[in-house]
Amino acid sequence: MSVLAYVESFKGKIKKNALEIVSYSRELAIKLDTNLVTIVLNVDDTSELNKHGASKVLKVTNSELESFDAKLYANVIAQAAKANNSNYIVLSSSLDTRYLAPLLSIELEAGYISNVVELPSSLNPFTIKRTSFTNKAFCDSTIDSDIKIIGLSSNAFGISENNTEGLLEDFNPTLSEKKITINSTEKVSGKISIADADIVVSAGRGLKGPENWNIIEELAETLGAATACSKPVSDMGWRPHSEHVGQTGKPVATNLYIAIGISGAIQHLAGINSSKIKVVINNDPEAPFFKAADYGVVGDAFDVVPRLTEKLKAFKA
Amino acid sequence: MKVLVCISHVPDTTSKINFTDGDTVFDSQGVQFVINPNDEFGLTRAMWFKEKQNATIDVINVGSSNTEPTLRKALAIGADKAIRIDSEPIDGMFVSKEIAEYIKSNHYDLIIAGRESIDYNGGMVPGLIAGLLQINFVTNCTKLEIEGTKATFEREIDGGKEILSCDLPLIIGGQKGLVEESDLRIPNMRGIMQARQKPLEVIPPSTSSSKTKSIKFYKPAPREEVKLVSPDNLDQLIDLLHNEAKVL
Repeated sequence: MSVLAYVESFKGKIKKNALEIVSYSRELAIKLDTNLVTIVLNVDDTSELNKHGASKVLKVTNSELESFDAKLYANVIAQAAKANNSNYIVLSSSLDTRYLAPLLSIELEAGYISNVVELPSSLNPFTIKRTSFTNKAFCDSTIDSDIKIIGLSSNAFGISENNTEGLLEDFNPTLSEKKITINSTEKVSGKISIADADIVVSAGRGLKGPENWNIIEELAETLGAATACSKPVSDMGWRPHSEHVGQTGKPVATNLYIAIGISGAIQHLAGINSSKIKVVINNDPEAPFFKAADYGVVGDAFDVVPRLTEKLKAFKA
Repeated sequence: MKVLVCISHVPDTTSKINFTDGDTVFDSQGVQFVINPNDEFGLTRAMWFKEKQNATIDVINVGSSNTEPTLRKALAIGADKAIRIDSEPIDGMFVSKEIAEYIKSNHYDLIIAGRESIDYNGGMVPGLIAGLLQINFVTNCTKLEIEGTKATFEREIDGGKEILSCDLPLIIGGQKGLVEESDLRIPNMRGIMQARQKPLEVIPPSTSSSKTKSIKFYKPAPREEVKLVSPDNLDQLIDLLHNEAKVL
């Protein structure tokens, strides 16, 4: 028996969300009184994983795995799980990992629960808490199969450091044939993505036009935050679709979500609800978002935002 | 080309979410049900294949007779035939096995599902069906073109997008982008009348097993009242975020 954590990387670097997966998996392994095994693809320096509690690191190095392929990746993780008798597999909620998770579930005949927010509350029957109804409720779910896959929500558990003596093992899986061809990839470079961001600064129709986004971008830059927008704003073409957050857009589960000039339609709130702290800046004190926020400023965005940015610059300095 | 669209029957976004039977079951009383939004983007894209490329469109749902109005709506939008597998869905695996069984005996070139349903949010049904049938699969699919036996599609990735291609058969987890919100169709009277005449086949479930169960639901604790900060005192906001919320 062991817990297997899949560590995501991008261009040879371990992704930050993976450290949360390792931290969670370590606690899970302690609860189960077993070992934590991590698997990482095409990363040279894996010492960071030991710092967060990995007792064994499986290192896969193969140029065929340079670009993501859900089927191949799922198959590699399945081989690692079998080789290590892993009956618990912990995955993140990134788009790539959510893509491979159901394929892995079939390969291992494992029950899979996504959007998990806590450690299991009971081991027998194995019971774990997840979000449901687009963050409007929680649900205790049981997994009845021998092998269990846990998809952890982003920012649900946090990152902890636990220096551990680590065993490093080269793992050489056999690779199946690729069936899907990647013709091109477009990644916005130099800008932090909504999925990777600790802080998201989001703006809505209250900004009155795309030409006014400079104040949003400046605030985001000061905070090291990603920028996002409400649905009407992306529908009107003021901002790219990739920035649209909400029920039909991107989900956001960040530490701090700052909503500027967004009224807070229920579809928008559904998408951002699992963010920890929500701040609203809006000139309409009746905006529904104030009911869903932790902190609020009733005021004109064009007055408040530039002054907040200046104060934050001073605070950071 | 034969297309199957998987339709999840979900409470409308604005519904009040309550539970009954000791918080073990969703309380559907007074709740308006709709086609899952992610599925509706896919269905609308499928209509385009029907109109431009002569595809036939079937829709499928695993559920009790309560879901039939939702299937009829899909027929009114323009699907040719509906299939209802007569069973309460237990979990994503159960639903996927039932749909996969149906596909095994009814060939489809393209299967469209939503990236996730807005009720249980499992985000796994299209992937599980792909794994069960060993066919090509993409999720977070935001564009899809079919030419002959080849599909070209766009996938949302964290921080960008990818253009991909593969051979049919293919199953996708679709979302907004397949079509835009403004392309969604409201059934007209003619569609609604025609839908009444279209076949809605009810078939018994095969003997699929589930692997997980939802045993208890609860709602988040009521949140505390928002703390308002004066726009003339933004230092206080920074202080609260730093010292109280500890997010700065």
